[in-house]
Amino acid sequence: MSTRPFELDALLDSASILVCCGAGGVGKTTTSAALALRAAERGRRVCVLTIDPARRLAQSMGLTELDNTPRAVAGVDVSNGGSLDAMMLDMKRTFDDIVLAHADPQRAQQILSNPFYVSLSSSFAGTQEYMAMEKLGQLKRDGTWELIVVDTPPSRSALDFLDAPQRLGRFLDGRMIRLLLAPAKAGGRGMMKVFTAGLSMFTNVLTRIIGAQALKDLSLFVTSLETMFGGFRERAEQTYRLLKEPGTAFVVVAVPERDALREAAYFVERLADEQMPLAMLALNRVHTSGAPQLSVERSLAAAEALDDSGESPLTAAVLRIHAERLKTSARDGHLAERFVAAHPGVPVVQVAAQPNDVHDLDGLRLIVDELANGPDASPPVSATRKKRAG
Amino acid sequence: MSDFPSVKLHVVTGKGGTGKTTVAASLALALAAGGRQVLLTEVEGRQGIAQLFDAPPLPYEERKVAVARGGGEVYALAIDPEAALLEYLEMFYNLKRAGSALKRLGAIDFATTIAPGLRDVLLTGKVMEAATRERRGGGRLYDAVVLDAPPTGRIARFLNVNSEVAGLARMGPVRQQADSVMTLLRSRKTAVHLVTVLEEMPVQETIDGVAELDRVGLPVGGVVVNMVREPLLPFDRIDDAAAGRLDRAELSRGLKSAGLESNDELVAALVGESADHAGRVQLEERERSELAELERPTYELPMLADTVDLACLYDLGDQLAAQGLV
Repeated sequence: MSTRPFELDALLDSASILVCCGAGGVGKTTTSAALALRAAERGRRVCVLTIDPARRLAQSMGLTELDNTPRAVAGVDVSNGGSLDAMMLDMKRTFDDIVLAHADPQRAQQILSNPFYVSLSSSFAGTQEYMAMEKLGQLKRDGTWELIVVDTPPSRSALDFLDAPQRLGRFLDGRMIRLLLAPAKAGGRGMMKVFTAGLSMFTNVLTRIIGAQALKDLSLFVTSLETMFGGFRERAEQTYRLLKEPGTAFVVVAVPERDALREAAYFVERLADEQMPLAMLALNRVHTSGAPQLSVERSLAAAEALDDSGESPLTAAVLRIHAERLKTSARDGHLAERFVAAHPGVPVVQVAAQPNDVHDLDGLRLIVDELANGPDASPPVSATRKKRAG
Repeated sequence: MSDFPSVKLHVVTGKGGTGKTTVAASLALALAAGGRQVLLTEVEGRQGIAQLFDAPPLPYEERKVAVARGGGEVYALAIDPEAALLEYLEMFYNLKRAGSALKRLGAIDFATTIAPGLRDVLLTGKVMEAATRERRGGGRLYDAVVLDAPPTGRIARFLNVNSEVAGLARMGPVRQQADSVMTLLRSRKTAVHLVTVLEEMPVQETIDGVAELDRVGLPVGGVVVNMVREPLLPFDRIDDAAAGRLDRAELSRGLKSAGLESNDELVAALVGESADHAGRVQLEERERSELAELERPTYELPMLADTVDLACLYDLGDQLAAQGLV
């Protein structure tokens, strides 16, 4: 497979924000953690913001509490002067913190206990994405870290991550909100002026569907948010601009499966449209074979010959394993090539499939070594493991 | 004999990448076998069903996508919240015109955004409508409805619309709708099946998902273990193989007697590949025993060599039926 040569270390040494995105279940969290670890061990002060890490990986990084505070990861080689902090995003708490920071205590309590706030802050599909961005902005402003690596939420679609902040901002700033706000703002007589046909119908329908109390809660919620945030959209756009700043780069993560690569392709195209810099596609779980010269056909024929003669059932089994591995590797290679052909400018870096999930810093180092060594340099899986174990 | 004879609504969930949509579609085909009418629905706007059946994107309309063995039919429907809300307004309030005005104002987007609970009521409400249709009144009658539901991590919240909406709408039609959805979902007519693969995170999520469904009183059905690989090594060689301790001399002799040339490099590569395979088998065994502790009916589907096509769906459906899910 031909791809542009890619210098991971140059990226890790210079970037100030790395965003890892891709479909769910492709190893985004692991990739983020691995990139952050390597940058830290190369001497940078790094913070990795994870969304939903696997339990054991989280434990190995000391992420035992979901408390929104970056904490130092133990076991990192700091001899080059770097450091690694990690934190897990607590979406609701991040939202609550914004409210507490921007409203007086009494109003803040009103907002925090409003049923619409509770619903929005804990389950709106875009809230997690927005809060990840908000947290990124906060970490960036804090100035403690030279590089922040962000793992994006497990969205339905990878694109949600880009759209959600603006959607939430637009929504809180939109026409509907203004309609709902109009009576409260204008009050008394003035209210009649804005009591347009549209509004009256809207409130009528809404009252019939969700009930008068719910409508009152909704108006109150919207009013308090409005006075508190002022330009919510501006805030969302500010964070969005952060993603376009020099020093920000995206790493799209995928696995050699149709759906994951389709998501990756959408994302790559979208980043190009938005003029956001794509650093690479990290293709996880790629199968390779250490003995490509022994073909599927010859392996299977030999296995059958052994079955017939009754000799060495072990060898027959091993040959079948090899044949299966070759088939998987051909399929992975085919899918990867198709992606490369459709996106010729995108560096694709492959990571070999691991038989077990990554649970510790050593596992992360193995993965990021492969990312750094580039696609052509990465030797076949089994050989790799042997060499490193020895 | 089916393990779920009373179930009319089959909800299929699973972690992303476990083949949830494939299992839902296979289940629909199996349920339709022998002349029954089945509706397969999706609610996440992914158009996964259309892709699987190689059909153009599904509109908000029940479309026939496949004929099952023995003459049954599978219809498919992609439910989107906006269309469901407009239909709902029209059906219950004769508010079609108001509906389109609301749409222009962005009210519908607004309503379904500000309160995800409302959106989920609309989605599950439509599924309920299809599952409870009666002779009188419009619409095709189905023997079973299969819902390709949101992933395991969100399933309990998605189905537990009642509590999501309770805080928002304490009365009124939305609340009533939520209540009747819950009544169906909590009944013996519903089963929530969880799809997983034998890997650490999907299995953990499945265990967490079952606990959460139990906690909110939703009926857990079966666990479908998808993409199961056949162990190729003799059972008693797994541990040696995983540790890279296979007898290299034996392999070398075996290769030669099969007419292949053998050298150290080739044998080393084969030992390495066998170690990966055996490691995988060990992992699968560990995960399988984790799942067994759930004590739920469990069904296994094999790993398919090629990409999933319609023919595979029939096969997988047959296997689910043979194991008793249908």
